[in-house]
Amino acid sequence: MKINVFHVAKLANLPLTEEEKKKFEKQLAETLDYVAQLEEIDTKGVEPTSQVTGLENVTREDVAKPSFSQEEALSNTKSKHNGFFKVKAILEV
Amino acid sequence: MNLNTLTITQAKEGLKEKKFSSVELTKACLERIKNVEPKINAFVTVSEKEAIEQADKADKLASQGETLQDKPLLGIPFSVKDNFCTKGMRTTASSKVLDDFIPPYDATVVAKLKEAGMVILGKTNLDAWAHGSSTETSDYGTTKNPWNIKHLPGGSSGGAAASIAADEAIAAIGSETAGSIRQPSDWCGVVGLKPTYGRVSRYGVVAMASSLDSPGPITKRVEDAALILNILAGKDTYDATTSPKPVDDYLATIKNNIQGIKIGIADEYFDDITEQVRKKVLEAIKVIEKMGVKIIKIKLFPPKYTIAVYTILQRAEVSSNLARYDGIRFGNDRSFFADEAKRRIMLGTYALSAGYYDQYYNKAQKVRTVIVNDFNKAFKEVDVILAPTNPWTALPLGASKDNPMYGEMADALVEPSSIAGLPGINVPCGLSNIGLPVGFQLIGPQFSESLILNIAYQYEQTTQWHKLKPKL
Repeated sequence: MKINVFHVAKLANLPLTEEEKKKFEKQLAETLDYVAQLEEIDTKGVEPTSQVTGLENVTREDVAKPSFSQEEALSNTKSKHNGFFKVKAILEV
Repeated sequence: MNLNTLTITQAKEGLKEKKFSSVELTKACLERIKNVEPKINAFVTVSEKEAIEQADKADKLASQGETLQDKPLLGIPFSVKDNFCTKGMRTTASSKVLDDFIPPYDATVVAKLKEAGMVILGKTNLDAWAHGSSTETSDYGTTKNPWNIKHLPGGSSGGAAASIAADEAIAAIGSETAGSIRQPSDWCGVVGLKPTYGRVSRYGVVAMASSLDSPGPITKRVEDAALILNILAGKDTYDATTSPKPVDDYLATIKNNIQGIKIGIADEYFDDITEQVRKKVLEAIKVIEKMGVKIIKIKLFPPKYTIAVYTILQRAEVSSNLARYDGIRFGNDRSFFADEAKRRIMLGTYALSAGYYDQYYNKAQKVRTVIVNDFNKAFKEVDVILAPTNPWTALPLGASKDNPMYGEMADALVEPSSIAGLPGINVPCGLSNIGLPVGFQLIGPQFSESLILNIAYQYEQTTQWHKLKPKL
């Protein structure tokens, strides 16, 4: 099984070089070959398990509590403007 | 007696009797760190100044009448795995993406330990993003095994386990997704407890596979692990997957008699292991049998299939969790991811993408059900399961390089119980013919931490293995 590495990298927003593409193509194919073993297991009529806690619809009281200050929230960003995160444009105008 | 070699229980006694201060205890650990770090590289960050300040504060509180009853870790120096957010202290998850990330908050685990009086010595090394079982994928260098620095410590909590084996800290905090506490604890010859999924809060831990991640202690003694779990366990409003079930007093039952307890042994867990591991684990089973426990042969779902289940589930959850690292609010951009993270993100993205979801992710989740049911069936016959923790003793440096499935293979025997959300503990049970530690694991039903700690403690008390120390 071969993965279209460039397509997947684009979906995952990962920059890849041509060299990396070749390396990962081979390694990911190996991993897929390994997980193909799953097909040997009969799962007819078996429900999937997405979590093991059995907890559902966990909510908390809708009460406002102190949170980060604007300054704390921005304390790790490399790019800010007037107390906001500054990001690159995502739409062409 | 070097103070840094003490267990929590011993250190508490000494502090209580005023044989030494927390500052002296903390300085002894920092001195040891200075001496052995060039050899083993267990830490990403050592916070010497802050540690001494915290210790000094603890000593002042103690002199003002604060007791170890109210603050059970008052003045005890810990190492904390570098994927736990620590307020004001750099947290990298051993990835250059987070090279300069200073969290503005504490993980719940860290907050609880600080409230209990812990002193933080620094942050320990891991495989970048906890992806791996060797620390070789760390962007801050590989940690070396204190028993033989030409060998790996295991991972992902390799720095945490090494920091305890090397007596750099009194106790350590690690995290496990599938093996990351038990596997390095085994290779480094220390105690490692992976609690039931949902028993300990994941809030503030850099997320790996959110349906599996379980923080837990790595310690020199079983008793210390019980003491730490008493502090960590419980519901957290910041983590909706934490259980509302009442928390046991894990120390209260640790000395219970274990006669008549039924322990299951499955051949499937002894099939692909080395002779050295087999020999030591079988010896341990004999010791436990002599203590009046019933050993019962059981059948379990073959671990090799769980490698495939784990690979899919983990990659899928990783691709989703690591999507948030865009370098906008904190950290660096996505070009800073190293190979292992890139591989995992891409495989997960693929397994979740249109047209492949059923074939991979949904199929893996169905097999997960098969594994859960298989354990439930086993626990109708026996109280706990005993198995080797690792198929092999610590592998030489370099073993994981360019082997995209290395971590999964190393974790084959711990993955099934992780996938089912069960608790497990690694207990040291001797050394191989070349002097590398061997351990076994006890796996129990969900929320049976009291029972596995009890059996582990009783075994430890009848043996001397936990007293062995590496020569560094």
